[in-house]
Amino acid sequence: MCLGVPMQVMSIDDQVALCEIDGVQREASLMMLDDVAIGDYVLIHAGFAIEKIDDGEAELTLQALRDALDQGLDVE
Amino acid sequence: MKYQTEFRDPQLAQLQLAAIRKAVAGQTRRLTLMEVCGTHTMAISQHGLRSLLPETIRLISGPGCPVCVTPVGYIDHAIALARRPRTLVATFGDMLRVPGSSTNLLHEQARGAQVRIVYSPLDAVRLAEQQPQTDVVFLGVGFETTAPTVAGAILDAAAKSLANFFVLGAHKTMPAPMAALLDDPELEVDGYLCPAHVSAIIGADAYRPLVERYRTPCVITGFEPLDVLQGVLMLARQLVAGEAKVEIQYRRVVKPGGNGKARDILQRVFEPCNARWRGIGDIPASGLQLRAAYARFDATVQLPVAIEPTREPAGCLCGEILKGKIRPGDCPLFRTVCSPENPVGACMVSSEGTCAATYKYDAA
Repeated sequence: MCLGVPMQVMSIDDQVALCEIDGVQREASLMMLDDVAIGDYVLIHAGFAIEKIDDGEAELTLQALRDALDQGLDVE
Repeated sequence: MKYQTEFRDPQLAQLQLAAIRKAVAGQTRRLTLMEVCGTHTMAISQHGLRSLLPETIRLISGPGCPVCVTPVGYIDHAIALARRPRTLVATFGDMLRVPGSSTNLLHEQARGAQVRIVYSPLDAVRLAEQQPQTDVVFLGVGFETTAPTVAGAILDAAAKSLANFFVLGAHKTMPAPMAALLDDPELEVDGYLCPAHVSAIIGADAYRPLVERYRTPCVITGFEPLDVLQGVLMLARQLVAGEAKVEIQYRRVVKPGGNGKARDILQRVFEPCNARWRGIGDIPASGLQLRAAYARFDATVQLPVAIEPTREPAGCLCGEILKGKIRPGDCPLFRTVCSPENPVGACMVSSEGTCAATYKYDAA
């Protein structure tokens, strides 16, 4: 039930954002977030954007793993 | 899909598994890790993660499926409302087939009741606007991820002065049941994989009192396979080092303080109350009820109905499964009389119930 879908904000009209993922568009309320800009990725749950997705943090998580892989660390 | 595909990379998953094996190498003690979110339950079964982990790491599922922990009496109440004249029950789809004492909402719909699946509580508000002669009741089930969306819908209905929109509430909150399970001497939980999107709202800080009191490590973990494996690795490292702290694996979404604006909306409309959890029982201040200022939206107060006496399904062990005491295969009904087509208990109905996820993805 707590499923959230990462979607990109395409346009904003007052408190409602038009969001898109893989060509699927859906309106979402921005009632729970401040400072959302067009192009941001947000997490959509039950018609509301509940949090912004921090791209820098996402990349850090993945990059740490890729670096370890490149260096051959811990790979059996 | 962005933020999903890259967190399913099999090569990086192998790396994570190697790191987990290294972290627990030489350990004879078995580590029991509980996830408290139905979406984790699904992800672990769907990606076969349980079978990839070392034998000394055991993953069990807790009371993380909101539909599953909702008592039968609530379903009976929703059914009684669906039978009421000029009433429409709007709900998320996974409530439809949950067995009440003698019927379910899908059967009532077939008999002519107005039961409508909606994607958002705001869709239910729209139905109330479009049908002013009909009382629209939204079934408010879910944890802190969902409760603010229902609060937002109530504020929307209030702004529109709608007199025909109501909520039948059974919202529940974390982490109270996680503490209740640690108080159970029969249950062994060494660490918690904490729910991802509940934590986006309540924040990592909400788990600190629990960790300080019980010395049980908590790692807030995302829903993709690489997230879950990293969460397991972080818990294993804490346990091997004898540490107990709150860590965030799902850093791209969850912050220490959570989403204060969502919590403000939640707290404007709801207040804490005692709640009954299927399998666990009554837990103080683990539920949400509408504040007096919003009582005009409360279906329980505004739309009184006669509710049939509650009857639990005979032989169903959902309660034990929700506490992580048994796995679905230990229940004599599992795969014999209880299946997703013909579910006996709630854990087999919701797609994120432990029994449904095990039935669909794990080997018989």
